[in-house]
Amino acid sequence: MTAGETHQAIEAIFRIERARLIAALVRVVRDVDRAEELAQDALVVALAEWPRSGVPANPGAWLTTVGKRRAIDAIRRDRMRERKHEAMARESDGASAPIAESAEAFMNDDSGDEMLALIFTACHPVLSAEARAALTLRIIGGLTTDEIARAFLSTETTIAQRIVRAKKAIAKAGLSFETPRGSERAARLPSVLEVIYLIFNEGYAATAGDDLVRPSLCLEAQRLGRMLAALAPDDAEVLGLLALMEIQASRLAARTGPDGALVPLPEQNRARWDGLLIRRGLEALERAETLGGDGPYALQAALAACHARARTAAETDWPRIAALYDQLRAVAPSPVVDLNRAVAHSMAFGPEAGLQLLDAIAEANALRRYAPLPAARGDFLFRAGRRTEARAEFEAAAELTGNAREAAFLLARAEACG
Amino acid sequence: MRVIVFVKATEDSEAGTPPATEMLEAMGKFNEALASAGILVAADGLKPSSHAKRIAFDGPGRTVIDGPFAETRELVAGFWIWDVKDMDEAVAWVKRCPNPMPGPSEIEIRPLYEMTDFEETLTPEVTEIYDRTREKLGGA
Repeated sequence: MTAGETHQAIEAIFRIERARLIAALVRVVRDVDRAEELAQDALVVALAEWPRSGVPANPGAWLTTVGKRRAIDAIRRDRMRERKHEAMARESDGASAPIAESAEAFMNDDSGDEMLALIFTACHPVLSAEARAALTLRIIGGLTTDEIARAFLSTETTIAQRIVRAKKAIAKAGLSFETPRGSERAARLPSVLEVIYLIFNEGYAATAGDDLVRPSLCLEAQRLGRMLAALAPDDAEVLGLLALMEIQASRLAARTGPDGALVPLPEQNRARWDGLLIRRGLEALERAETLGGDGPYALQAALAACHARARTAAETDWPRIAALYDQLRAVAPSPVVDLNRAVAHSMAFGPEAGLQLLDAIAEANALRRYAPLPAARGDFLFRAGRRTEARAEFEAAAELTGNAREAAFLLARAEACG
Repeated sequence: MRVIVFVKATEDSEAGTPPATEMLEAMGKFNEALASAGILVAADGLKPSSHAKRIAFDGPGRTVIDGPFAETRELVAGFWIWDVKDMDEAVAWVKRCPNPMPGPSEIEIRPLYEMTDFEETLTPEVTEIYDRTREKLGGA
């Protein structure tokens, strides 16, 4: 490598290495905040040395070695200052004596396991989903607190506090910073997937014209999902989530009109769907299904795939969608799934089938003030030729929705009932 | 942002010389690192230009030219598509790629156009034609 690397180039290298660096350091210092500081210190050293010496052949190992040395130096200083820290320092000395060897190990791909452990730590269920999302974006995604605040329509202070509290909660819980195995892993994986999907949906909910940081959250989540799929390639739900995000993201360009209004799926211009992402999504789904994937993410991905495979809305395989909703309802029951299931059944087997399922939902009462419920009923009644009843449902739906554009749409449908 | 990363051809790749085992191993590790970082979207290698055809356009005329093509250094031997934050990140990744060829070689990074790049220059009518064409091409 040549000397004279610019700060910009070094910072780009650091961005690539940062998460793995923190992952390696957290194993030594057992503290997320401290590991983050040490990673930053290592960058400062690199910025001072690399423009002269050139970028080392293995920048990741170099940064890790520097970070670990600093960690150990600090622990030694502490030990001299405070005898009560003796035990801890002895422990660290033992763990870190062969620095060069740990750097080697880092390259010989312990780093995958360390990354996975860091992701599991940041997404630990002791933290709220929001705290997990902020911490994951900070230490894995490398976003600044300002970027995270803009993404979540929050203030920098709020996010900074959320991250500080999350780190403290992790320290207090005395986590092992190891990748969970076996049944513990199975139990903790959902909280990881939930966070990644939450990040994705934050981005997906943002419409065009907003701050670009928000839509870019989708990419951030896809990146996390791809990362996780590379680190845990045998987990059907990891692949299911990845497939779901890739397929949903394939529609990003088609889902808003020129005026910024959301375009519903059946009306989207399918030529604008991103074929590359669809292909990636279908591939990930296929792998998930080979692994027996029938968890909530794999099923949702399979649902998304039904739409992705249809070249026109009319070619949609509704019986398959209805069957998938039957399955989804069994593994992840929710009133919204029930409603979507009724829509799918109405499309596959006629409006009467949909109406029957809606009656069951109405009895449960959970969606009493939920506009899409009367909207769906209105649609089924309209298609069944029961125009007067349909009109009343559309009007009821228009009254329930808080969205002016949606209300106008529903009133137009009421009008069309004659 | 999405970039396409071209591995430019050399005399070796054009001769169809199979890559050395060490190179394949190093490249495999590099690809693994790209995947683990979540940036790898697609990758493929291309056969030498002796397998290629070119269609030359001149007004209404269309002439098919069979490979191989002479200007080796301008040809492409393989590509990746990456999702990266910016060009700096793409450059940093390319720098850690093993040399894909036995001799000196080049890799070129080209950012792809995004929807937003077109919005100012395309009228709705042109956009529609464009979309229709893509629909006929099959979208996916």
